[in-house]
Amino acid sequence: MLVDWNQILAALGETITMVAISLLFATVIGLTLGILLVVTRKGHLWENAAVFNVLNAIVNVFRSIPFIILMVAVIPFTRLLVGTSIGTAAAIVPMVLFSGPYIARLIENSLLEVDPGVMEAAQAMGATPRQIIMRFLIPEALSSLLLGLTIATIGLIGASAMAGAIGGGGLGDLAITYGYQRFDTIVMIITVAILVVMVQGLQTAGNILSRKVRRR
Amino acid sequence: MITFENVTKIYESAGQQVKALDEVDLHIEEGEIYGVIGFSGAGKSSLVRCVNLLERPTSGNVIVNNQNLQCLSPKELREAKRHIGMIFQHFNLLNSKTVFTNVAMPLLLMKQSKKEVEQRVYELLEFVGLRDKAADYPDQLSGGQKQRVGIARALATQPSVLLCDEATSALDPQTTESILKLLKRINQAYNITILIITHEMGVIREICDKVAVLDQGKVIESGSVFEVFAQPKTEIAHDFVSTVMQDDIPESVHQLIQSQSSTNRIYRIVFVGDSAGAPLLSQIAKRFDVEVNVLFGSITELQGTPFGNLIVKFEGDAKEINRVIMDINQQEVTVKEVLEDAG
Repeated sequence: MLVDWNQILAALGETITMVAISLLFATVIGLTLGILLVVTRKGHLWENAAVFNVLNAIVNVFRSIPFIILMVAVIPFTRLLVGTSIGTAAAIVPMVLFSGPYIARLIENSLLEVDPGVMEAAQAMGATPRQIIMRFLIPEALSSLLLGLTIATIGLIGASAMAGAIGGGGLGDLAITYGYQRFDTIVMIITVAILVVMVQGLQTAGNILSRKVRRR
Repeated sequence: MITFENVTKIYESAGQQVKALDEVDLHIEEGEIYGVIGFSGAGKSSLVRCVNLLERPTSGNVIVNNQNLQCLSPKELREAKRHIGMIFQHFNLLNSKTVFTNVAMPLLLMKQSKKEVEQRVYELLEFVGLRDKAADYPDQLSGGQKQRVGIARALATQPSVLLCDEATSALDPQTTESILKLLKRINQAYNITILIITHEMGVIREICDKVAVLDQGKVIESGSVFEVFAQPKTEIAHDFVSTVMQDDIPESVHQLIQSQSSTNRIYRIVFVGDSAGAPLLSQIAKRFDVEVNVLFGSITELQGTPFGNLIVKFEGDAKEINRVIMDINQQEVTVKEVLEDAG
């Protein structure tokens, strides 16, 4: 049986595109939401129960919808944004909606780990709320934030595989349509192997980066 | 420099009200080292946090540098905080930043030029003896070194007040001493008013000029460190004093006290100053017809001056002993108190 390497390479490219672009948007959304979830908490910089409760509920709702259902449910929204509901670009919209709230939670967790004493020191030296977030909270949590983003990236690779269901392309799509549905065991094994290597590589890179940030 | 006027702080948690500070009045003069001592939960942390409004008083005023901080806008308050440095029990340094950046942080927040920041940071690190550690990270430092970084950071903006929140409580005795010496040096070199919160009477004895004893949110006793050591008015103050100065009468002496008679009487003499104790007793032995016998004594040092507590037995004619006591009572300069320990 012949293996079409060009096809596999194209699928790999699609996966990387989908994951990278979704990660970018999801991180922007997740970072904003994550910071807001921390600073609007009781006793924090901008304590605001209403904002906190609303954001908290929204994040929970999105986190509880299975990705495959979310993908179908947001089709009208996807069409509005990218003009189509099929293909790689269309897959990115549900991936961002899926991953953003997840990243928000990971970032919230990392930021909550920051020693409250450091925040107190920041306030004692007269830092503005913005300075406290940018110069104290985020730098102190950065190492842990990077580990969280690594987890989120790996989650996005998993989600991208399901995007095949709406013709999103990518390695997961290849594995399902050729490997699973057409009994092409070799293609399935190759795609899965590539995914395994990607995840391994990402996790290792994330760990190294996190360690580097922690100290020097 | 710092004045507390009727300051009350109430916390509400789970519907319950906890009074952390209860109508506190306190006045701290410029250039003073003022200690506030109390057990944990006495309200010390709330007290120090009300000075730079890390916590806002529920009622009452805190006036720092002739400014009532509670009346300031957020921007003015941030500006005012630059004149109030603070150091913490757990140092609260940024672990992700070098020693240099930690010390530079207050200046970076003020957007000072790189050149100014660099000059000031090295000057401060020199002062606290950590110039060679500028590129290190906090987790490479010992506790004492971390607190020195904390001190350098607190001094970066040239404050007029330094708040110390249990600054030596996480340190071993030797390190505590070196940090206290550094605080004293800061006080003398820059005339910075220092407010120290602690549960260790040793800290008060070592460097404070004045002390207030806090219990259940109330200032139950305050005065100069000499006054409080010599004549603690409350039981809690007495307990704190006895943690650094053994002044309880030992059991063996108690038995002697019970056997005392009119010709064999035991007194407690508290004295201050290095020439006070021994000459007084030897003079008495010479000038009066009594036997002087020191049963028990302890001497400690308060700000470089010996401070003693002697239990002395006078043996002799009852009238003669009374004359001795009258004589001692006249020597107010050196003898703080003569107490009759009647059994």
